[in-house]
Amino acid sequence: MTSTARSAFVDGARAVLPALPANVPFGLVVGVAAANLGLHPVTALWSAGLLFAGAAQLAMIELLARDAPVVVAVLTAIVVNLRYAMYSAGLAPYVRSVSRRWRLVLSFFLLDVTYALSVPAFRADETPDRRAYYLGLAVPLWLTWTLSVTAGASLGTELPPAWHLEFAIPLLFLALLVPNVRDRGGVVAAAVGGVGAVAGLGMPFDLGLVVAALAGVGVGLLADPEGSDEPDGAEPDADGMEPDDDPTEAEP
Amino acid sequence: MTSASDPVLWAAFVAAAVGSYLVRSSFLVLFRRVDEVPARVERALELVPAAALAALVLPSLVAPEGSLALLTPKVAAGGVAAAVAWRTESMAWTLAAGMGTLWLLLAL
Repeated sequence: MTSTARSAFVDGARAVLPALPANVPFGLVVGVAAANLGLHPVTALWSAGLLFAGAAQLAMIELLARDAPVVVAVLTAIVVNLRYAMYSAGLAPYVRSVSRRWRLVLSFFLLDVTYALSVPAFRADETPDRRAYYLGLAVPLWLTWTLSVTAGASLGTELPPAWHLEFAIPLLFLALLVPNVRDRGGVVAAAVGGVGAVAGLGMPFDLGLVVAALAGVGVGLLADPEGSDEPDGAEPDADGMEPDDDPTEAEP
Repeated sequence: MTSASDPVLWAAFVAAAVGSYLVRSSFLVLFRRVDEVPARVERALELVPAAALAALVLPSLVAPEGSLALLTPKVAAGGVAAAVAWRTESMAWTLAAGMGTLWLLLAL
């Protein structure tokens, strides 16, 4: 590692630091849910490390816990993760100089936080080594995530049911949801997705969630095809968790 | 608990991880021409989080046991948490407000 790369890595690590604490309770909840499903902490460890996607893993665990078909659980996880395709398209123009082999590695760590923190830094041309900076963001986040899930899975079933920790799951989803309903399309997509999922609770094979989510996207697209970037709902993007409105607009 | 055996669960997590990896690498590695992502597709992907997350949240708030139940501590606590999430956009505060409200209502 050159000294440029090392300092870029440290810069990335410094930038991701404020985003780490929120991932601890999230990881613990996923770990506890995994334990309640009957998973061994070691399984929780490698599955969290491999999937590296909290909402998707939680959705999978919820479905598996109520004995939905395994294929539907997998499908649901992938649908929940479809948003990463948007991040992939948004990040791509900024890492053209990175080798294909390294882009395979960067892809593995792509999620809301790494996207939201890397693209603005790359756009402002803040770092001389984008690969190292990105890895500086990604590695601490990945470690925090994987260790939190494992800790939750080890505590797991010891936690008293009276605490109702299962309720933390929808609360976390809610916290992730809210930044995404700032424009009309988002509101419509959320309304159709949510109501559709409730209406689809009796659907065969527990496909309700997948169908409702896709219907939400479809109706949201009809209602607001352009993604009106009106300033009325625009709030200062304080925590940097929100993806940029048009990631492909500006190129390096 | 689940009736699926361990190897089946392992395969499920691996399959989900592989599928998610393909989504993540889609434009970074697989497709050559990033500039040609149709605006429609991009907009559709933009709406996925709202639709998918709402589809995850709402049933666990209004029908945690599988049938609709609107006047419950969970719905109230979810409402408070939504307001806090809207104001703060903080995961920790949302969690604290929702769990706190639920515990309070259940204790009353």
